[in-house]
Amino acid sequence: MIGRKQFSSLALSGVTIAALMVAPCPLFADTFLEPAGQIASDQRSHLLWVTGITMIAVIPVFVLLPLILLRYRRGRSGATYKPRWEYSLPLEITMWGVPLFLVGVLSLALWQSTHKLDPYKPIEGAGPPVNVQVVGLDWKWLFIYPDLGIASVGELAIPVDQPVAMTLTTDTVMQSFIISSLAGQIYAMPGMTTELHVMADTVGAFEGENTQYNGNGFVGQKFMTRAMDTADFDGWVQKVKSDGVALDEAAYGVLARQSSQEEAHKGLASGAMPSDAIWFTLPDIHLFHKIVGRYHTGKPLPLAAQPGTVEFSAATQEAAQ
Amino acid sequence: MTYQDIFGRLTLDALPFTAFIRAPSVNEAVASTAASIVVVGALTVLFLLTRYRLWGPLWRDWLTSTDHKKIGIMYIVFSLVMMTRGVIEGVVMRTQQAFGLDGGFLQPDHFAQLFSTHGTIMIFFVAMPFVAGFINYVMPLQIGARDVAFPVMNQISLGLTVASGVMLMVSLVVGKFSTGGWSAYPPYTGAAFNPGVGPDYWIWAIVVSGLGTTLSGINFATTIYKMRAPGMTFFRMPLFTWTVVCSSILMVFALPPLSVAALLLGLDRYLDFHFFTNDLGGNMMNYANLFWLFGHPEVYLLVLPAYGMFSEVFATYSAKRLYGYTSLVIATMSIAVLSFTVWLHHFFTMGQSALINAAFGIATMLIAIPTGVKVYDWMATMYRGRIRISVPMIYGIGFLVLFVIGGLTGVILANPTIDYQVHNSLFLVAHFHNVLIPGVLFGLLAGYNYWFPKAFGFRLNERLGRRSAFLWIAGFSLTFFPLYFVGLMGMPRRSFSYTDPAFVPYMIVAVLGAFCIFSALITILVQLKVSIKERDQNRVPIGDPWDARTLEWSIPAPPPEYNFALLPQVRERDEFAMAKIEGRAYAAEGDYEDIEVPKNTPIGFVLCVLSGVWMFALVWWIWWLAALATALIILAVILWTFDIDNEHVIPAADVRKAHEAWLEQIRLTKPVDRDHEADPSNQGLAKTELEG
Ligand code: HEM
Ligand SMILES: [Cu+2]
Repeated sequence: MIGRKQFSSLALSGVTIAALMVAPCPLFADTFLEPAGQIASDQRSHLLWVTGITMIAVIPVFVLLPLILLRYRRGRSGATYKPRWEYSLPLEITMWGVPLFLVGVLSLALWQSTHKLDPYKPIEGAGPPVNVQVVGLDWKWLFIYPDLGIASVGELAIPVDQPVAMTLTTDTVMQSFIISSLAGQIYAMPGMTTELHVMADTVGAFEGENTQYNGNGFVGQKFMTRAMDTADFDGWVQKVKSDGVALDEAAYGVLARQSSQEEAHKGLASGAMPSDAIWFTLPDIHLFHKIVGRYHTGKPLPLAAQPGTVEFSAATQEAAQ
Repeated sequence: MTYQDIFGRLTLDALPFTAFIRAPSVNEAVASTAASIVVVGALTVLFLLTRYRLWGPLWRDWLTSTDHKKIGIMYIVFSLVMMTRGVIEGVVMRTQQAFGLDGGFLQPDHFAQLFSTHGTIMIFFVAMPFVAGFINYVMPLQIGARDVAFPVMNQISLGLTVASGVMLMVSLVVGKFSTGGWSAYPPYTGAAFNPGVGPDYWIWAIVVSGLGTTLSGINFATTIYKMRAPGMTFFRMPLFTWTVVCSSILMVFALPPLSVAALLLGLDRYLDFHFFTNDLGGNMMNYANLFWLFGHPEVYLLVLPAYGMFSEVFATYSAKRLYGYTSLVIATMSIAVLSFTVWLHHFFTMGQSALINAAFGIATMLIAIPTGVKVYDWMATMYRGRIRISVPMIYGIGFLVLFVIGGLTGVILANPTIDYQVHNSLFLVAHFHNVLIPGVLFGLLAGYNYWFPKAFGFRLNERLGRRSAFLWIAGFSLTFFPLYFVGLMGMPRRSFSYTDPAFVPYMIVAVLGAFCIFSALITILVQLKVSIKERDQNRVPIGDPWDARTLEWSIPAPPPEYNFALLPQVRERDEFAMAKIEGRAYAAEGDYEDIEVPKNTPIGFVLCVLSGVWMFALVWWIWWLAALATALIILAVILWTFDIDNEHVIPAADVRKAHEAWLEQIRLTKPVDRDHEADPSNQGLAKTELEG
């Protein structure tokens, strides 16, 4: 029989779960449950919808199981006992039919939403897309604006209501890039590019991060996405242009070696920059292609030329002295 | 000769004690304590074995045994030892995260080793050997066989698995384990980014235990195809045996991709190949595909036998036929087949086209159909039964309620659009623990309480069994439901710390749950101890303490070496239940014959030791030792092939004598009804309440 202790531990867990579920909502700040763009918003509705439909199959278990257990407990008199009963055609049809039907409905929705919210699909918005090239480094993200001749670390500024077309790679191990309030994640991999399209529909700051474990600095690899109106965005671009340091080979060497964003900030930033961002001007607008292309020369790449390795850190430190 | 020639890259720095002495800190203290526990534990075992002069019996009765029942038990003992370590690691990680706001007490690197060993241990050295142990023990009994098809190969499989598990223990003391997670994705685990020994420990442990598991799969499948008792057609097999068929197929086809992936990674690391490096055309996407081509079938490999155990438990404790046998068989088979078609859902976010993601997403959701059918079938099995809520049933009920939630979140994750958001988050971690703990582990623990009396001849303590079942259910719920929410709040998996104070309350609930799980595990060990002490009051020599249905219950507990004195003639499904109903159980007549059983052989143990040495030598680049171990392995196998006198005969007269003694005992035993199931009066002879 259920002892008192066990009952109280069960009750405790039940209460906790209930308490957690009704906890106030700002908990979901910076996630797609408080979306700041259409894609994240659609993803949230899809989550709720899928949960709802699947519940049709789940709830009968929660309802019927206790009833069966209560009614057919051994020793309870009056309940029917049918030990040979092992098949019923109508029941079979229901058991297979209901999940089949639900999965059919879910599949249709899955098909549509997967195509509609494909991260590779360009988004329609006011004005042409802003191109951003994203480079994952250990342990920070570099954002290159090739058309504007600037780059930044720790801060991704985007104009509101204007699509942003991102191309991603890394210059170290694999990472996964996400700005949850705007859209889902996509892997960034060395020597390869992936794509992600996002658009913010409100002004605000939303945290973004890497979700793929990549070493000691992993948890610190976060940045702020700042969605601003067009005028502010232009102002930001001007500021970065005037206050940014040149992202030349030496600066890239400092940035790319294994270090936290704060360490890189110390090494590279000037007083004019915010404490959580590094701004760059871009002497070489082909930087991104060089980063991707360096792994495709057909020749082995010495470790000292591969950011993220100990050898690279040593080599760049030596060069700096 | 230089130092390197002799010791490779092994130096004193490899011991955690060295680091602790140089720079004491909590982090190093945790590492040193863990290492000490391993060392002290090993020494204690050696000491006790010597003290009580157990080396002889251990060697004769266990290490060299080819009896599938003993091998099964050794698998399970090994798995419980590893589970203790795995659970402790889980508790340490939960504690770290409970204090993880802006810090905690562990270094990130140490935390990474913890999640990597925890995952590797729990999947490969807890769940797999636990499942393999049950299959070994139960399946031959269920099909009325006297052994598995290849008893020596069975012993070798065990040896390889244990040697690999020991490597994980060694890595605690000598050097460091990988920080690349249980899936060990390159390029992070490649030589460029992780030149240390960690990934090498992972690679060899996976390759060697993977070989063991592949051989097991071949063994189990062959046993079922070839060694069923007369009359046991496929559609008369118990459902557990059916799930073993599927699971064995998965072992045979799913493990090779893993071994290949690990070996290719090994070639990159040892011989400067470029399968998964960043340069020279290496591509880690190939690794992801190979790994999950194994990884997804793997989870079904584990859960299908658990489904099988629950099927037996629900039928027995409802005193009723399993509802929808054919449906369940079809569902099991479909799951096994479909499980090979969905691996891509582990990386929807790798940049493939929407078309491909949608196709794999739909394939993934299809699995929910047969899974749902199974859940309804189990409920229909209880419907109009006479349900006894004993320990295995508590696990079963906990399983049904919690597992559907895991299925729900699985369906959620199968939608690429949602997965884009919650992939790599604690939501995912909660999902797979939600299916692995209530699904696989509860199944195994139900099976443990259910089949224990068969294996050892006495029942486990019922009260402690219940307590532990409730602790598992409560502990699981407290630990993992909060993680769903923290995942939705955006916390990535594998984070040793975080900056959002909103996570803290959830993390505290989770750590309480983790301690609850830990006490559940302790309760199981206490239950074992108490039950051994009280064994004389709980003996069930006749062998059928639960009024059960399948053949394994028709023989004494513990069963004789040859299992069945007389091979059963199977006339229908649930043969033993029908025999009891029709009053033809425990028949005496029959032709006794000489029974050949395989002799003991040390080959499995020898290969276990040698493969352990081989792995250690490779990890530490001690090439001469690796070469020597390779040569000795080949030599041992060749020598073993000369041992052709490898069976001994148990004369028919002995078999008859033992069997008739047991039948005599049955005549003297009072059958008990189900009200006295947990009573000392239950000696394993059921006054059957089954009705036909
Ligand atoms: C209705 C059935 C199920 C569905 C639809 C389903 C779906 C999924 C999906 C889509 C993922 C990938 C999520 C991601 O990486 O973002 C996943 C992960 C996982 N699932 Fe399930 N699942 C189901 C049942 C199970 C069962 C029964 C098990 C084990 C017994 C299981 C174990 C796992 C594990 C271990 C992972 C994560 C591995 C990792 O990334 O480390 N799942 N599941
Ligand atoms: Cu999967």
